[in-house]
Amino acid sequence: MAENVFDTIIIGSGPGGYVTAIRAAQLGMKTAILEREHLGGICLNWGCIPTKALLRTAEIYRYIQHADDFGLSVSDVSFDINKIIERSRSVAKQLSSGVAYLLKKNSVEVLEGHGKLVGNGKIIVEKNDNTVSELAAKYIILATGARARSLPKIEPDGKLIWTYKEAMVPDVMPKSLLVIGSGAIGIEFASFYRTLGVDVTVVELLTRILPIEDEEISQLAQKAFVSQGMNILTSATVTALKKGEDNVTATITTEGNSIETTFDRVIIAVGITGNVENLGLDATNVLVDHNHIKIDKWGKTNEPGVFAIGDVVGPPWLAHKATHEGIMCIEKIAGMPNIHPLDTRRIPGCTYCHPQVASVGLTEAIAIEKGYKVNVGRFPFTGNGKAIALGEPDGLVKTIFDSSTGELLGAHMIGAEVTELIQGYSIAKSMETTEIELMETIFPHPTLSEMIHESVLDAYGRVIHF
Amino acid sequence: MTTPILMPALSPTMTEGTISKWHKVEGDEVAAGDLLAEIETDKATMELEAVEEGILGTILKPEGSEGIPVNETIAIMLTDGEDTSHLNAYVESSSSEVGDENQTPADLVEPQVLPKPGSDSKKPQTDANLRKFASPLARRAASDAGIDLTNIVGSGPHGRVVKRDLEAAIATKTPQVNGTVIGHSEVSVPTVVSTENMVPAPLKRTPGENFTEIPHSNMRMVIADRLTKSSNEIPHFFLTIECEIERLLEMRKDLNNRAPEGEGSYKLSVNDFVVRAVALAIKKVPMVNVSWTDKAMRQLNNIDISIAVATEGGLITPIIRNADRKGLTEISIETKMLANKARDGKLTPEEYQGGSFTISNLGMYGVKEFSAIINQPQSCILAVGAGEKRAVVKKDTLSIATMMSCTLSVDHRAVDGALGAQYLQALKSLIEDPLTMIL
Repeated sequence: MAENVFDTIIIGSGPGGYVTAIRAAQLGMKTAILEREHLGGICLNWGCIPTKALLRTAEIYRYIQHADDFGLSVSDVSFDINKIIERSRSVAKQLSSGVAYLLKKNSVEVLEGHGKLVGNGKIIVEKNDNTVSELAAKYIILATGARARSLPKIEPDGKLIWTYKEAMVPDVMPKSLLVIGSGAIGIEFASFYRTLGVDVTVVELLTRILPIEDEEISQLAQKAFVSQGMNILTSATVTALKKGEDNVTATITTEGNSIETTFDRVIIAVGITGNVENLGLDATNVLVDHNHIKIDKWGKTNEPGVFAIGDVVGPPWLAHKATHEGIMCIEKIAGMPNIHPLDTRRIPGCTYCHPQVASVGLTEAIAIEKGYKVNVGRFPFTGNGKAIALGEPDGLVKTIFDSSTGELLGAHMIGAEVTELIQGYSIAKSMETTEIELMETIFPHPTLSEMIHESVLDAYGRVIHF
Repeated sequence: MTTPILMPALSPTMTEGTISKWHKVEGDEVAAGDLLAEIETDKATMELEAVEEGILGTILKPEGSEGIPVNETIAIMLTDGEDTSHLNAYVESSSSEVGDENQTPADLVEPQVLPKPGSDSKKPQTDANLRKFASPLARRAASDAGIDLTNIVGSGPHGRVVKRDLEAAIATKTPQVNGTVIGHSEVSVPTVVSTENMVPAPLKRTPGENFTEIPHSNMRMVIADRLTKSSNEIPHFFLTIECEIERLLEMRKDLNNRAPEGEGSYKLSVNDFVVRAVALAIKKVPMVNVSWTDKAMRQLNNIDISIAVATEGGLITPIIRNADRKGLTEISIETKMLANKARDGKLTPEEYQGGSFTISNLGMYGVKEFSAIINQPQSCILAVGAGEKRAVVKKDTLSIATMMSCTLSVDHRAVDGALGAQYLQALKSLIEDPLTMIL
């Protein structure tokens, strides 16, 4: 059994788990990773990556529909949903096998099966409910991720009422679609299906869509979606779903008024819940609160030698957060100096709808609520040469500074390619630049990135092109 | 994990230090802030505090080890409950010249400090190779708070000073030095802060209570710390002497009347004479120019006079270096310049750190006499009162003379009563016969 003893065992091979495993191996630890389904986890197989493939199709489709604007003549444009899905799946598959290669290259032992803690640093591996092996490790890192949350009376069935998973591989194209929840996941599917011509209704419980974004960005997004023909209901709840033969009748309540509307399909995107079940946590001192594992700032659980990272420990539920947290955790375990706990203000967030939305740091409202005196700069896409040339004149770049120190508090963007632009602000935040360094930075012309510069200038009344 | 404890650089010029005392033994549990050891430098003995909790593993440099270069590992701390088996690995890997390729996790320990100990660590470092890496935000915060970045340990990549380090420095107000040291008891004076920072920050009014809370400035905290420490540690005693200053005042008037207009002009104050007299008296009685340390008495070679200057934010003591070798006009001009800089919060550390003897003069406020708290690690401070006409008995006759009371506070560990009295005698004769001061 000697070969079953490791320095580190990671349970779950999503972007948190597999990256942590590679880093552990780099640090000289004998490392194993346990995966019950697909290497790469939800992100690669059923999340970030395949949806980006779908949204790329939607994007190209939209370009072609507007071909005439660019002087091109294209006729008889149509699509084949099966081929779209096929492409999305092959992208996911390619990346998943890439993870297998990377793990092998770094001598990480990959074990298939469901891992269960049995206490004292021991894990049993189950396949089809049979124990197939026993492992032991000095350090165990739980990176089991999360899954779609469901609401009482509104349970997904996988046929008419979908979660993200079914929404990614539809058997037929619905004519009408109800999306419950307007976070990143809900909005991305709404955008995808709407672009392909589906009649989409989004229902949001809160007063605005993309509720964690800056209010101004939410409003601009809503305006853009409505002009694309999306139906958006805010401060609204779906109180009942009645399944028909091939459709679902939803009861939607807005300000006390209930209406019943029938949709072909429903997507439930009301947040996610940690995968904490059946991990043998009862055999340990690991604490679970609201379906998430409780950890300290270094990822330590209440059980010695057991750590947890990523979605299973709580929001923000983002792949790059899990990755960063995993690396922080394993480097701390390895005793590396100068390791710092995760700073959530530095985690950027991206939504790949059309128009794209990206942000990092505090929103204007939260900054003010926290007592900052702020300088806020705004720059619209219409003032940017590259945006006009691209035919993307809609969007905004908003930058928030602390007036007294020049600290970059937050940045919020909507418009073409902003998901690729936000990293500029992320770097600025981790370098702790103030407005001065950003003003002194030379941005290439003509690029969309110039809007970052202009937005910073605007925060101090020095904007040039608007 | 293991964390090396390094010989800290306690001043910009320090290149090596001596461990005068270990306050912990191997295996002791240590909490952050605990006193680990006392380090003796060319200037003073300073305390080495733990920055992290853990267990003191191996002491590599025992008590009395001398000439340990800055940044050399002096001990190993075990944190996060590791056992001592990691120590051997550390000691071996750090003592071998070439790094081991197959590092185990416990070996992945880097010193937490920037400057690498190297062949040139013995040379005095110039400003150029002392470049401090800090984020723009940290630089701005430091400049706003009037904090010297060179005293702050960076926790960012490669020891870069970032916002959180500044926040920690402001919060703990004690400047941290390379990795392991906090608690200075540097010679001199409050490590101080610009005047902007001294303006009382947001006033907090507590409803229903009849007071207003004014948050402490950095400077206030330093003054409080240092004076409490001095008052608690030093066995103070006080000697007062009366000096007749008629002749001094006449000479002052005479010299000031001779001052040229414009270029080379000067206006001597009584205090300028006192500074010079204090310095010359030290030259005559050099035994008072000493500093107490646990191991030995330090006889100071230079006569550097610290002058207490009141600023809006608190007390600071700029220094007239080698005051015994400076003339009255030189002292006068330098004092004015330093006092102005002090009030503007623009003194550089060299201008207020160090000093061997302090003068505090409250004469201009009409204070007749007072006693002062010694400015550690100096041994004496002279409190100078107002010059005033008093009834005195001269040759059995009651007459009027302008008198000035001076009270010397003395560290009894370093200077005994008779020696203090001898010094005051020398001072009195210089002040009362000011022509001898010109010599």
